[in-house]
Amino acid sequence: MTAITVIDEPENPLRRAPLVEGTNDFTSVTNIVARVVENKTPKGWYLMFGAAIALLLNLGAMIGYLIFTGIGVWGNNSPVGWGWPIVNFVFWIGIGHAGTLISAILFLFRQKWRTSINRASEAMTIFAVMAAGIFPAIHVGRIWVIWWVFPLPNQMALWPNFKSPLLWDVFAVSTYFTVSLLFWFVGLVPDLATFRDRAAKAGRTVAARVYGAFSLGWHGSNRHWIHYEKAYLILAALSTPLVLSVHSIVSFDFAVSIVPGWHTTIFPPYFVAGAIFSGFGMVLTLMIPARQWLGLQELVTLNHLDNIAKILLLTGTMVGYAYGMEFFIAWYSGSEYEKFCFTNRAFGPYWWAYWIMVSCNVISPQFFWFRSLRRNPMFLFVVSIFVNIGMWFERFVITVSSLNRDFLPSSWGYFSPTIIDILTYAGSFGLFFTFFLLFCRFMPIIAISEVKGVMPQANPHHGHDDHGHGHTAAHTH
Amino acid sequence: MANHWGIVAEFDSASAIYHAAERVTAQGYTKVDAHTPFPVHGLDKALRQGPSHLGWLVICCGATGICLAQLMMWWMNAVDYPMWVSGKQPYAWPSTIPVTFELMVLLSAFGAVFGMFGINKLPRFHHPIFTHTQFHRVTDDRFFLSIDSTDPKFDRAATAKMLESIGGKHVELLEEE
Repeated sequence: MTAITVIDEPENPLRRAPLVEGTNDFTSVTNIVARVVENKTPKGWYLMFGAAIALLLNLGAMIGYLIFTGIGVWGNNSPVGWGWPIVNFVFWIGIGHAGTLISAILFLFRQKWRTSINRASEAMTIFAVMAAGIFPAIHVGRIWVIWWVFPLPNQMALWPNFKSPLLWDVFAVSTYFTVSLLFWFVGLVPDLATFRDRAAKAGRTVAARVYGAFSLGWHGSNRHWIHYEKAYLILAALSTPLVLSVHSIVSFDFAVSIVPGWHTTIFPPYFVAGAIFSGFGMVLTLMIPARQWLGLQELVTLNHLDNIAKILLLTGTMVGYAYGMEFFIAWYSGSEYEKFCFTNRAFGPYWWAYWIMVSCNVISPQFFWFRSLRRNPMFLFVVSIFVNIGMWFERFVITVSSLNRDFLPSSWGYFSPTIIDILTYAGSFGLFFTFFLLFCRFMPIIAISEVKGVMPQANPHHGHDDHGHGHTAAHTH
Repeated sequence: MANHWGIVAEFDSASAIYHAAERVTAQGYTKVDAHTPFPVHGLDKALRQGPSHLGWLVICCGATGICLAQLMMWWMNAVDYPMWVSGKQPYAWPSTIPVTFELMVLLSAFGAVFGMFGINKLPRFHHPIFTHTQFHRVTDDRFFLSIDSTDPKFDRAATAKMLESIGGKHVELLEEE
């Protein structure tokens, strides 16, 4: 492997930092991404994959045990009927928001630095939504009638209740999964064609056939690119409101009820900010080791990590504002139950969960005011773990601390998870990492054609000043 | 006599293909296409290729999604099996917004993706252009210009010579499948 120069220079605000560092051209960008797949599988990959598979098998065993025995194997009980399953669902679906945010919203805002991280983040989104989808599905108890959530004719001649936010959730999450998958696939087609052509050239027939089948015979025709870019733009425009709608609808699961601590109008924006925060946290958790181990430092540069850290700082502070505003409104509303709920949240039996949440989500991103810390991958990685932990606790606090002491003191209780809860949650990481490791091993982890498109050489006027704006345009936009 | 699909020439930079496209279309060729590893900005104008009308298809799909969602919820909850839940009317428009929005997005996305592949006539696994000896580099670092044999100005010898004169390498005459 060639030596990699890591550039750590402050970004000159008058001139955009290069998106691809080092002395790369189109050929070397293809090589950097393709060698991840073409090199011999590293031993470390087998180790991690083995661990992920073990956790995935554990998930299968836990789900099997749950279905054969019943929901009683979990800690859910009156008054906390929504325990870890809903917490895990919201945790994973939140993580699943960064990918589409990067691929859609940053695309519409012309944030070209997104190109080197969007592929892996979209993959992360899809796998996170898969992990999320498991929990409400197995939470229904009688999973063999799960199809009742869909508007399909059944023996009761009864249709779903479309006034329920839980049903909106079914539509939101399944639409989000489908659209994210399509968006990801559309982006993958030209890169899979790259892998197809390399495999065919190297005589790897099976790989060439598989990549060939999925790349649909792509041959980079300019007529195709015209429709392709239009489709990409439309998908970005559709996904932008979609990504905001999904977590808004997830928050409706809570906000449409009349439980104190849930019944608030701040929930949709607060949930969306939290989702973006947690998603970018997971992007860092995955991309910092990946860029190091797979030698992608020239494509996923310190400037990229710096930008992600800024987004974490922004969204973490927004979440902190929402926490503060919830308390203010609880006091300002004059509602006894709201006031009690929030006092209980911060100083009641779950005070520890509340303060873990605040420290991880509000305090830890504040370090990112400092440029040197934003550009320190090790530090970023540690904070990203705190963000993941904090955002899980946020959902735990919202769910459990609102339910455990409701209107009647006689029905108060304390929720404790069972070992099955814990193992099922651990198993969901097995599902997530199994798919993510397979993705890293067999797929183009970086959007090759998109990265090429933002390199200065991609501008047809590069090296010529014949159109007046040529050279400067290539470097400053 | 074997039928010819067209002539393909290789160029080695985005700027080279852009200028080649400008010169070929300026000479009156109309059935010209470029094949590039990434979309080259402005190449559609140099090739005189029109914009995509995919948006109209997507709008139709989105409108279908809205109508379908409204009809479904109204018919299921208010007509076929009227359902009163927590004192709300069987059909009340505010509670239908989320599902209507999601189905609009879903059908629009189907329209955008499948419409795009349909317009591009993909999947198509065998294409004459793949027989060009250097074409495997189109997904890596090379840029190709193809002139279709159905072009009125197409002439085996003259077109090949013209492509070479504007800097094209590996000028090859490709046969129809």
